[in-house]
Amino acid sequence: MSINFMGMLMAAVLAGAPLLFGVLGEILTEKSGNLNLGVEGMMFMGGVAGLAGSFYYEQSAADPSAVVSALLAMGCAFLCAAFGAFIYSVLTITLRANQNVTGLALTIFGTGFGNFFGEAIGNSTASHYMAVGDVTKAVFNSGIPVLRDLPVVGQLLFSYNFMVYLALAVAGVMAWFFSRTRAGLNLHAVGESPATADAAGINVTRYKYLSTCLGGGICGLGGLYVVMNSASGVGGVWVYNCMNGKGWIAVALVIFATWSPARALLGSLVFGALSIMRFYVPLGIPAQIYDIFPYIATVMVLIAVSLRKKRENQPPESLGLAYFREER
Amino acid sequence: MEHKQPLFRIAKRGDISKGRALMIRAAAILLALCTGGLIVMALGHNPMAVYADMARGALGTHTGLRETVKLTVPLLGAAVAIAPAFKMKFWNIGAEGQILVGAIAATYFGLYQVHLPQTALLVAMFLAAAVAGGVWGLIPAAFKAKWGTNETLFTLMLNYIALGMEQYLQNGPWKDPKGTGFPIIAMFAKNARLPKVLGVHVGWIIVLVFMVAMFVYLRYSKQGYEIAVVGESERTARYAGMNVPHIIMRTMFLSGAISGITGFLVAAGADYTLNANTAGGTGFTAITVAWLAGLNPIIMLFIAFFLAILEKGSNTIQTSFKIPASAAEVLTGIILFFMLGCEFFIRYRVIIRGKGESGHEH
Repeated sequence: MSINFMGMLMAAVLAGAPLLFGVLGEILTEKSGNLNLGVEGMMFMGGVAGLAGSFYYEQSAADPSAVVSALLAMGCAFLCAAFGAFIYSVLTITLRANQNVTGLALTIFGTGFGNFFGEAIGNSTASHYMAVGDVTKAVFNSGIPVLRDLPVVGQLLFSYNFMVYLALAVAGVMAWFFSRTRAGLNLHAVGESPATADAAGINVTRYKYLSTCLGGGICGLGGLYVVMNSASGVGGVWVYNCMNGKGWIAVALVIFATWSPARALLGSLVFGALSIMRFYVPLGIPAQIYDIFPYIATVMVLIAVSLRKKRENQPPESLGLAYFREER
Repeated sequence: MEHKQPLFRIAKRGDISKGRALMIRAAAILLALCTGGLIVMALGHNPMAVYADMARGALGTHTGLRETVKLTVPLLGAAVAIAPAFKMKFWNIGAEGQILVGAIAATYFGLYQVHLPQTALLVAMFLAAAVAGGVWGLIPAAFKAKWGTNETLFTLMLNYIALGMEQYLQNGPWKDPKGTGFPIIAMFAKNARLPKVLGVHVGWIIVLVFMVAMFVYLRYSKQGYEIAVVGESERTARYAGMNVPHIIMRTMFLSGAISGITGFLVAAGADYTLNANTAGGTGFTAITVAWLAGLNPIIMLFIAFFLAILEKGSNTIQTSFKIPASAAEVLTGIILFFMLGCEFFIRYRVIIRGKGESGHEH
């Protein structure tokens, strides 16, 4: 049995990157004590908005530029998903609705939102698909010029699309932010004990809103990645139900990562590998069984985490609970 | 320095009259429909015409009404199933998978035990679905009871595992040998199909019975009381001498079993087969149905019916206005947002500075 390890590793990185965006966004959200189960929905919102941004730009520009198209796509994806998170924030932070149910509602809404606008915009074209042209597709699917042509390391390190590096950068910035900045420590306090943070003069509401909306925006970039990247088949076109549970895996990976951006990298890579394993590791089992590996692995992780309860591996103390100042 | 009161203050309401609460909720739904109307308008349609067409499609004809009732059945069934779990604060978001494994178990009998007489076969399918769904609910409950494993994500992951199993069966061992190469599962034989009462499969009577039974169970039975206590405070339950792990597992078996039976009703009553869409998001939507009903099974009936109208209506406007059928999910989402938000105004009063009561000194 010969396995193409190099090919598998690279495919795993490509498949893991959208998960990484989702995990990082949700970690930022959960650090403030908000458990947002709407990641899947926000990824749908980001994906469709980003694609629409590029799509309309290409329609209107005579000679579309790849950079402008990519920036527009990212901006639209981030803002639309952050808007989803904002709805969630208003409901759970200001109006004190149940976080679980609100997150689910956001997933239902976002999934519908993505499929609705994906199809509606597609219907308005001659081809009946919302698809972007080669210019935009290329920028989301090519490696770093020059560097990618280096022998060996070029392939392994520099052949990915720019969003992979962006995800890595976000992870780095978040790790630094959580442990090295005052705001990061304040956020930690808000998530652990909002009443204490409030007494210490931290604006709990503002921290919760900001981290939830920023986190949502980051999740939206993951959605954009799923839509634009063609590693899994088609890219740059709206496919019905394209997120297909990736947002939910991201939510589970947060537990695997134990709220640490560094471990989120590892988790995303492992789950990326599991999701493309059937193309690289022939085990003689049906494809549908391969497809459930990531979910079984998630269950294993959940059980393992609950078995060894280490203090530093625990979720923020106030996760899932609304903060009522009057009920301190 | 003079202390100024904030512009808005909120205070808990003592008691709110039922009529007032109902009015707030009605206003929320109205606002939600207006918001949905704005989207429809943005697509260049007249919202009133679209809504009217939705209502006509879902309620205006006998066929339409029957379809709407058919869509209500699984929503209500799954919502009733979720009720005891949520009452216990066990966040079972795995109804989707429990529906599916129930349908899978029923399908086994529906495909391979068709020599049985109809009643015996349907009873066997019913029981198989109940056991399969129950076990699927019991697994995460056992881990939660023993080690405190996160049930939200565990139940969620089991959804995808159930879907993978269905896909495997559909593409492999259960693939219709008479099919044209496209991997589908054969239609059930005549005696594996649920009979119809008043034009809709008998499942509607079954879920109505479940609904009433669950209402009584939660409100008047000892087990229902135990569920409520565990939900309020596990510690209290332990002090009172209740066997908390046992209660968690029992309740989740029950919850999963009802979801499983719901899957059987869909497979044997509505679709006459099993496919990837047998659950089709019902398990998720049902959670919001259950929650909006305040976990009261009787109120779930109305909310499930309302969401079914949206779903059926969206299919209608897809053909008449070329509006994508996902409009149902968008509208459902918007309505949920408004309904979740309006609860705040039922529980709290917003006091604007200088109005209402005189300000208290700090």
